[in-house]
Amino acid sequence: MTPTAPIAQKPRTDVNPVRIYTLRIDGRDVSGREDETILTVARQNGIFIPTLCHLDGLAERGACRLCIVEIQGSPKLFAACVTLVKQDMDVITDSARIRDYRRKILELIFSERNHVCAVCVVNGNCELQDLAVKLGMTHVRYDYLNPPQSVDASHPRFSLDHNRCVLCLRCIRVCKDIEGASTWDISGRGIHARIISDLNQPWGESETCTGCGKCVQVCPTGALSEKGKSVAEMTKRPQFLPYLQMMRKEAEI
Amino acid sequence: MTLTIENLQEIAKTETDAVESYRYRINVCMAAGCLSCRSDVVKASLEEEIRRQGKEKACLVRGVGCLGLCAVGPLIDISPLNVTYQAVQPSDAPEIIGSLTGAPVSRLLLPADQPFFSRQKKIVLENCGIIEPERIESYIAAGGYEALYQALRQMSPRQVIDEVTASGLRGRGGAGFPTGLKWTTVYKARQAVKYVVCNADEGDPGAFMDRSVLESDPHRVIEGMAIAGYAVGASRGYIYVRAEYPLAVERLRRAIKQAKRLGVLGENIFNTPFAFDIQLRLGAGAFVCGEETALIASIEGRLGRPRPRPPFPAEFGLWGCPTLINNVETLANIAPIVRRGGGWFAGIGTEKSKGTKVFALAGKINNTGLIEVPMGTTLREIVFDIGGGIPAGRRFKAVQTGGPSGGCVPEQFLDMPVDYDSLREVGAIMGSGGMIVMDDGACMVDVAKFFMEFCMSESCGKCAPCRVGTTQLFGILERITAGDGSIEDIDTLKELCDLVGATSLCGLGQTAPNPVKSTLRYFENEYTAHVRRHHCEAGVCAMGKAREATT
Repeated sequence: MTPTAPIAQKPRTDVNPVRIYTLRIDGRDVSGREDETILTVARQNGIFIPTLCHLDGLAERGACRLCIVEIQGSPKLFAACVTLVKQDMDVITDSARIRDYRRKILELIFSERNHVCAVCVVNGNCELQDLAVKLGMTHVRYDYLNPPQSVDASHPRFSLDHNRCVLCLRCIRVCKDIEGASTWDISGRGIHARIISDLNQPWGESETCTGCGKCVQVCPTGALSEKGKSVAEMTKRPQFLPYLQMMRKEAEI
Repeated sequence: MTLTIENLQEIAKTETDAVESYRYRINVCMAAGCLSCRSDVVKASLEEEIRRQGKEKACLVRGVGCLGLCAVGPLIDISPLNVTYQAVQPSDAPEIIGSLTGAPVSRLLLPADQPFFSRQKKIVLENCGIIEPERIESYIAAGGYEALYQALRQMSPRQVIDEVTASGLRGRGGAGFPTGLKWTTVYKARQAVKYVVCNADEGDPGAFMDRSVLESDPHRVIEGMAIAGYAVGASRGYIYVRAEYPLAVERLRRAIKQAKRLGVLGENIFNTPFAFDIQLRLGAGAFVCGEETALIASIEGRLGRPRPRPPFPAEFGLWGCPTLINNVETLANIAPIVRRGGGWFAGIGTEKSKGTKVFALAGKINNTGLIEVPMGTTLREIVFDIGGGIPAGRRFKAVQTGGPSGGCVPEQFLDMPVDYDSLREVGAIMGSGGMIVMDDGACMVDVAKFFMEFCMSESCGKCAPCRVGTTQLFGILERITAGDGSIEDIDTLKELCDLVGATSLCGLGQTAPNPVKSTLRYFENEYTAHVRRHHCEAGVCAMGKAREATT
């Protein structure tokens, strides 16, 4: 600090526990609490940022990279779901560069496993499909990797199709943080990573699974689905999560 | 009992007297390189021969750390004769012991004046090959733990940090972040509990600097950590070392035990309120665990996956506490800086890169081994003077620095001074110090494929661009090297390199495209030859061989 600079006054934490910042997102003046992310503030203001691994009510992961945004003055890109707002930040959520990157990331995700919408239970109700439509991804220009993946239909009510999994790990998070069962986990590394139940046992034999079905509801694609649903018949209802979180918070007080 | 400086000096004197009471000290390299050529058997046969010739009173055989020139191991060094022998076999023992009083054994003699030794400047490696890594007394005799005493008894934490800042030391793990600034950040954090972590998860292919330092001089790292702990206000440290370094782990364990017994670790060190304890954590072989947030997760017992930064570990690290993470070589520089002052250190090197750097020379080079040179030394000096040039009369083609995160530096930059900024300018990075030299027999597309395969199999799989992007990049490179590539593939390579670099979550993904980028930058003609003419000039790729077979 230079000697001439005024001495910063310590903010009163008793009356003002959280600071509010003003910033700009896509040229619009907005305000956000210091503990809010760019994504939260953007959504409050009706600014669309695509997301896949993010889900309201679950811990953030910052892994799908679809929510990348530019911040003026930095050459780096930031994941909006894990970047907190700052005073006078100037965020750009939609530029040619970002649109291009997002579309390519989506193409990579589509190329990774088998995402054939025409035969999928969630056709028409799929977050991945919606993103492709919204981001204007009409073709996948990369090689389809088509890895051999299995289907686990051992559970009496649900089934898991690894071919449709995008490794967003919403199922792991909801099972651990909300249901408290920690049935789901991940095994393997890199391109060989896959979801497992318990210690890589068939889901139907899992001793920890409570059968609550939360994982099925939060899964963005047809990887986790209810049995007995045919093509395009499965719809997901992840909206319960924020309410559940809110009710639990109230119960704590 | 509390250790005093007098105790320390006494230990040093006893040790020096004991060693100097022998007329000849035979130092046998007992680091992993020479051990793999049975230097332990050489040492045993030397000891036996001394007994047989009845020279126990005149000769002392010591197991020391790395002598540097791993290419011609096992190495032994005899002081005070100043004689170094190379490629010593157990059967050479009688001749060596017999020749102590007369002329040295000329057929084993390593020329003492060779530039490999004379052109180096050793700070980090100053004790390597001189002291016995398994004995704390040997380290103390070389001035060990004096810096810790000086820091604890004569300096405030702020003064220690000021010296480190003044030294201009930058992180030796690869990114080159100013060490003083990192220390200040942790120092300023208000929390009561803080940690110091030593990152010894060296994983770059062809790099063995950290391993050699830990095997040859483990106490130096421990002393550096204790000083760091004092400076930033931490009383607990972790060394995260990969389990693939069993010898380093064993020597660290022993060193920590010795340090605790003597009182340079533990409570009330040097009769001050400062307490510091170090624990080892072994990595299970994941390259990504060298990334600091993944490393922290691994120490905490969680899955070794990186998380987005900020918050940086300096603010929110181990178990949420402010954590200082430094690389082995960075910490190994601390004791000399405290002992001799930041100004002394800042006088070495270039304007923006101070001090020395340890490099592991590997690949197509005569003097494979471990070297330390001042920052700003040119690549030509490193490869041709110290490294002794390219074997079998072949031509130098490029040197890969920084491992899978780095790039290839071609011949036209041989006279470039090696420092953080100039390497970055040519598309490579300093990295941790691995240098893989390639001759004209190397196919650059194949080199890029090798590193991409490494990144693909080491990608943790958390973020989509790195997980799928590296796999796609590898697939394209495999197609090109098999002779099935098209000219569009080169454009897709460039596009994916840009995407993966710009959008990946952690350093692994962000730098994974670098080997492809740099080879495309300097050797695009090789890529086009592969796709247009289905020709691999170096004859490395299978299609090149198939072509030769048909003609």
